[in-house]
Amino acid sequence: MIADLNLIWPEIILAVGAMVTLMIGVYLGDRRVALYQISTMVTLAAAIAAVATIFGTEATAFSGTVAVDNFGNFAKILIYAASLVCIVIAPRFFEKGMKAEYPVLVVLAALGMGIMVSSRDMMTLYIGLELNSLAAYVLASFMRNDDRSSEAGLKYFVLGALASGMLLYGISLLYGFSGSTQFNEIAAALASDVSRGELFGLIFVLAGLAFKISAVPFHMWTPDVYEGAPTPVTAFFASAPKVAAMALMTRVAIDAMGPALGAWQQIVIFLALASIILGAVGAIGQKNIKRLLAYSSINNVGFMLIGLAAGTQAGVEAILTYLVVYLVTTLGAFLVVLQLTDKDGNRVESIPALAGLSSSRPGLAAAMAVFLFSLAGIPPLFGFWPKYLVFEAAVAADLVPLAVAGIVASVIGAYYYIAVIKTMYFDDKSDVQITGQGTLIDNAMLAASAVWLCVIGYLFIPVLGTVSTSAASVLF
Amino acid sequence: MGILSLMLAIPAIAAILCIFSGDRLARFVALGATLVNFALGLVMWRGFEVNGAQWQFVERADLFGRFQYALGIDGMALMLILLTAFLMPLCILASWQAIQKRVGLYMGMFLLMEAIVIGVFAAQDLILFYIFFEAALIPMYFIIGIWGGDNRKYAAFKFFLYTLLGSVLMLIAMIVMINTAGTSDITALLNYDFPTNMQFWLWLAFFASLAVKMPMFPVHTWLPDAHVQAPTAGSMILAGVLLKMGSYGFIRFMMPMFPDASADLMWVVFILSMIAVVYTSLIALVQNDMKKLIAYSSVAHMAIVTAGLFAFNQQGLEGALVIMLSHGVVSAALFFCVGVIYDRLHTREISRYGGLAINMPAYAVFFLLFTMASIGLPGTSGFVGEFLSLLGIYEASSFVALICATGIILGAAYMLYLYRRVVFGDLTKDDVKAMTDLNAREWAIMVPLAAVALWMGIYPESFLAPMRDDVAFVVERLADAKPAGDAQLAAPAVIAGVAQ
Repeated sequence: MIADLNLIWPEIILAVGAMVTLMIGVYLGDRRVALYQISTMVTLAAAIAAVATIFGTEATAFSGTVAVDNFGNFAKILIYAASLVCIVIAPRFFEKGMKAEYPVLVVLAALGMGIMVSSRDMMTLYIGLELNSLAAYVLASFMRNDDRSSEAGLKYFVLGALASGMLLYGISLLYGFSGSTQFNEIAAALASDVSRGELFGLIFVLAGLAFKISAVPFHMWTPDVYEGAPTPVTAFFASAPKVAAMALMTRVAIDAMGPALGAWQQIVIFLALASIILGAVGAIGQKNIKRLLAYSSINNVGFMLIGLAAGTQAGVEAILTYLVVYLVTTLGAFLVVLQLTDKDGNRVESIPALAGLSSSRPGLAAAMAVFLFSLAGIPPLFGFWPKYLVFEAAVAADLVPLAVAGIVASVIGAYYYIAVIKTMYFDDKSDVQITGQGTLIDNAMLAASAVWLCVIGYLFIPVLGTVSTSAASVLF
Repeated sequence: MGILSLMLAIPAIAAILCIFSGDRLARFVALGATLVNFALGLVMWRGFEVNGAQWQFVERADLFGRFQYALGIDGMALMLILLTAFLMPLCILASWQAIQKRVGLYMGMFLLMEAIVIGVFAAQDLILFYIFFEAALIPMYFIIGIWGGDNRKYAAFKFFLYTLLGSVLMLIAMIVMINTAGTSDITALLNYDFPTNMQFWLWLAFFASLAVKMPMFPVHTWLPDAHVQAPTAGSMILAGVLLKMGSYGFIRFMMPMFPDASADLMWVVFILSMIAVVYTSLIALVQNDMKKLIAYSSVAHMAIVTAGLFAFNQQGLEGALVIMLSHGVVSAALFFCVGVIYDRLHTREISRYGGLAINMPAYAVFFLLFTMASIGLPGTSGFVGEFLSLLGIYEASSFVALICATGIILGAAYMLYLYRRVVFGDLTKDDVKAMTDLNAREWAIMVPLAAVALWMGIYPESFLAPMRDDVAFVVERLADAKPAGDAQLAAPAVIAGVAQ
């Protein structure tokens, strides 16, 4: 038991840190938000350090319901780092509306995600997922006086509950037909033969998880929630939970359903292509930058699913590299969105209002252009590299038609990314004057991510390769 | 750091400097950097050993793990890099006064473009090549979109998406190649024999990409739009260098790597080239817009290049390469000629001009020289390339040669017609009368262009010698697959009888 606790101490740190911060918050109220911010940041940083110390261990804990391995650790580092960034960027957005609960909820969500990515049992999976989701519902409606924010929270909650229901139904079917909730035992049951009940269970589980990664056709909530939620929360939704859900889905697909590859491969292929195409086409008419980024995340998830569809170690490595690059790009793009305010301090989210940004705020426009070109996967920006890896994995797994379809659809996606760049660079100045300034830390993060995505990132390919190989090899 | 890395680094660093510096400084930084790069190019030319190793100035570093930072050039790449380095300072000079808004960004984009294009020609790793190849879209997108004409946004979009759609298919083909051959090293892939049925698909995917870049009929429609809207220097670099990336891809990848497919599908290239030569020449004949006319003439010239390449013999390939170089210089010069009078009258409409020979004699002389070079008058660069490639094409197929030759006649027609309308005739319009002859800066651009056009026409051996071995290598790779030429068979019996 104690040995088991040693393996999950990053999560223990998070749980304790969140509770302590919450209790201090009860006594000191919302005046000391800076304190809570710092204490949660320290908590997350400590958790990252804790993960780093157990990097390389490969063990199971709590009677095989929790797996501690490099795959989970890799995802955890990304999740906790992204959560940390989302706490750093929050105060400037909320200003006086900043509450003690915001950082605490982010940490709790991170804790849920940590459990998700290290689950080795359907029940652990579900607990982690719900912990994350419940925190996320509250975060989405965090600005409770704002109609859009409340609406986003409600929408997220109702559809999220539906997805959880589907997931649970799938789990129950899998349990009923295979006799276990543990991944390895489900895999063993599937290895001999996939019964009809198991097939149904498998499909429902995948559908529930597809909802969490917002893959088409389970994506409807994404644009609305992204648009309505406060921008730091949107940045959070677009980053950490994406990593967690993607990693979880990968683990479930490979670890629990690996032997039934033939059964789920076509489902994942469909999800991938539908996400890429709809993520691209749906974005074309968007006038709101947050909605656009929502569609962009749907689109990018589609590309990651190509890696999953390959069902090979190379495919999983590609997903992990993709997640790293996606995280940096998305957080960078939201850092830009956070700075978009007019001279009265109102948030600017409309894309036409960005016209002429390149002359009023050249640095900001350049950074945004880098992020958008990178999301489009145009080399020499680093966003090209994970797309390349994904397609390479697909080709190596003899899925050339999928690769061709995916890459042709990516051209549609390029259209709306470069349309935003057109607005910023080619159009005449709009009436809205963007005056928002970032803090030093915001700008430093912005510059660092933009520079990394310009050619510097390529120098990290060996490192990314080694780490993602060590993480992916766990599943095979 | 080798000379090739230096040629990549200098413009890249200068580009960053330009973007962050003021307008005046940016111009000088850009000019300085491009001149230094040209000097380095000349040093490289001097150091290049003709008949030496196939790949020279090789640099390899294992920076990226999955693929190599591998640079190296053969004679073809050397010539194309020289062309790039030669045109770039001229482009900077050509935009000295024409560009007044956001000069720093403009110069930065041009310098980035130079680094990227040199990278395309020097890359020895497939992935590295692709990164450079597609990266060229970004600066060009900005150059057309920010500093272009009235319809610049549409043209920039069309340029970007058209060329992107082509290149992504090539990426999949490259992944398949890497996956099959187990290496992304271009020098190794050049000697790898892909299975014949796979070659077919790979060839088509590459063709989809490179045909758009060339551009070949029927995917050439982005070019007139892009050219018309781009600023003068943008058109110069687009016609002078970017189009050459397409034909470079043909001769570097498609022909030596997929010889069987090239031979099987040569008729596709021939048919499209024949259509393009005649069709775009006829379109050029009826244009009212000078830039559009020259853009269509580019498509026609590139069609002769593709036909020459797919003749699969020494003359055809050498001729195609010379046209590529010659067209690089001459079309850039012609676009500059348009730019000179556009700067004065702000219109590209041919009918607004007339009688320029009277008040702009020096301009008229240069324009005439480049017109003649474009037509292919003996003594100019155009003649050498067209003669050689037609000779090669004739050997492969007399019918194709016949059609391509009509393109040259039509070329003479539209270019002379253009020249007559712009330069000859009476000087009646008042605003045209007020136009002044070339200034010192314009002389400084015209003279080197004219000198190279004549040099290439009078002594092409300087340019052909370094490429001869590379052409021989490609011909050798194609030797087994190459179909027999029909020149003897197709020549009418009467002529054959007379010849005997």
